[in-house]
Amino acid sequence: MKSFPLISLARSGKVNPKSIEDYLNTGGFEAIKKLSSMSPESVLDEIEKSGLRGRGGAGFPTGLKQRFTSSSCLSCEKRYVVCNADEGEPGTFKDRMIMETDPFLLIEGMIIAAFAIRATNAYIYIRGEYYPSIENLENAIKQCYDKGFLGKNILNIGLNLEMGLFKGAGSYLCGEELTLLESLEGKRGYPRIKPPFPAEKGLWGYPTLVNNVETFSHLPFIISNGSEDYIKIGTAESKGTKLFCVSGNVNKTGVFELPLGVTLRELIFDVCGGMKDGYKFKAALLGGAAGTFADQSMLDIALAYETLKKEGLTLGSGAVIIVDDKTDLKKMMKSILHFFKHESCGKCVPCRIGTRLLLNEISKQNSAEIDMNFLLNESEYMAKTSLCPLGQSPVLPIKSYIRFFKNFQ
Amino acid sequence: MQSLNFNLIKEILMKYPQKKEYLINALHELQNAHPHKYIDDAIMDECCKHFKLTKSQIFGVITYYTMFNTKPQGQNIIYVCNSPICSNMGSDNLYDILKQKLKINDNNISEDGKFSLQKVECLGRCGKAPSIMINREIYTGMTPEKIEEIISKY
Ligand SMILES: Cc1cc2nc3c(=O)[nH]c(=O)nc-3n(C[C@H](O)[C@H](O)[C@H](O)COP(=O)(O)O)c2cc1C
Ligand code: FES
Repeated sequence: MKSFPLISLARSGKVNPKSIEDYLNTGGFEAIKKLSSMSPESVLDEIEKSGLRGRGGAGFPTGLKQRFTSSSCLSCEKRYVVCNADEGEPGTFKDRMIMETDPFLLIEGMIIAAFAIRATNAYIYIRGEYYPSIENLENAIKQCYDKGFLGKNILNIGLNLEMGLFKGAGSYLCGEELTLLESLEGKRGYPRIKPPFPAEKGLWGYPTLVNNVETFSHLPFIISNGSEDYIKIGTAESKGTKLFCVSGNVNKTGVFELPLGVTLRELIFDVCGGMKDGYKFKAALLGGAAGTFADQSMLDIALAYETLKKEGLTLGSGAVIIVDDKTDLKKMMKSILHFFKHESCGKCVPCRIGTRLLLNEISKQNSAEIDMNFLLNESEYMAKTSLCPLGQSPVLPIKSYIRFFKNFQ
Repeated sequence: MQSLNFNLIKEILMKYPQKKEYLINALHELQNAHPHKYIDDAIMDECCKHFKLTKSQIFGVITYYTMFNTKPQGQNIIYVCNSPICSNMGSDNLYDILKQKLKINDNNISEDGKFSLQKVECLGRCGKAPSIMINREIYTGMTPEKIEEIISKY
């Protein structure tokens, strides 16, 4: 593997996450200082040139999303930046790593985004169960206000920005960007119909930029070092590093920051020390519950947006769940389908009933009786008719499972 | 049964602007301050006044979000991760063992009143599955033996 700079976890474990001095002494807020000689337009250009794509799951180009948000409803007097820190996808624990070890990095990234789109307010929507992260961010926001990195006229770069922290309360669906905005407004987390997208009509109807924690954590590097340095990392269409959350039956699990394009084989055998207890690799579930299964034949695929897409696979949030040959995949699929049934909000019928039907089918005692065609058809039907992306998700693990493993025999 | 002191409810609410978006943050703090870790009628009534919402709106929020309890809980709440990785690594087993061992009744409270047990989805500690959380404390790599040792400390 070529050498590469760490971006999201550069300070992780090396500084005190509660100390703004530590952050400043390690190059923190350098990017903000640089903004004084830049226009919002040139920041947008730089981020677009970096090729950065959203790290929350969908992989949408970040620069483009910023441009949409900055150019929609020019007469609106408010514009918002929202950080999606609701990390709830099973198998994903990378945002927590950033917030627990370097919360100021997230804040700096959000200030840059706010400058680029001329936002007035920024909000972090965080999982209610992430207590240490909440504590770190509360402290970090306060210190930033005290030192003039938040509030009125930040470092004389002509930016006023108020930041607030809002907690979720245990709903996976609230990680979906439009549902997140409903919840942020203090309501039940029922999905909104798309379009309009948040860039047009987001929080309280104003243009809103929603990005993931990891996505924001890349902006300081891009502004400080320039996009030329950034595009040296990664593959042709997938630039930069990515946090991979490895769990399951390997020797070394955890969050690893690696260039996009690393292969599954390198990840398992070089980075994670191989399979545990001498068992063999059977499958990897990429992207969590709303992800896709890959088998042995996919070990040498580069983990990058374009290569995975060509294979019908997903990178998703960066969850990589490794499964060995002693694992009961039926049990795992049952747990995935149980997850969707539990998290379905019940607003639309196809998802409410569909998630239940899928779970009933997979719960049959005798594996031979499980009708794979039923699972496939029902999940495809849900994907076509559900109101929001949650109901559109079960088809991903089901279809990929059938492709590689046929049935549960 | 104890309830949350009326003045304390007011005191907590005073910290939050009277805007709907602060409701969930306030509910978290109120529930945590309640001796039985739930949102009771008195809390809901005060939230109605403070945030200028109807009771049904507040009830709607509380019943949507799994972190909010509508019934009294034990002194400590044990959350067992039920998501695919943990359940693959044996968490269903842990839940059953705890339920039996602590003699959890139909109201989801242990015989001695010390614990409640809840299944939750991914706690973001999948690298060291199976994971549980007791109140705000996370414990990973759980086995039946380790769990017994941990709960004996509460
Ligand atoms: C059911 C569901 C849950 C989601 N959960 C999260 C989440 O926890 N964190 C996140 O960043 N994105 C999540 N997303 C993706 C968001 O909708 C959105 O794409 C993302 O926040 C955009 O940020 P990005 O462009 O920086 O990736 C979820 C999507 C769906 C459909
Ligand atoms: S699946 Fe249990 S902590 Fe993630």
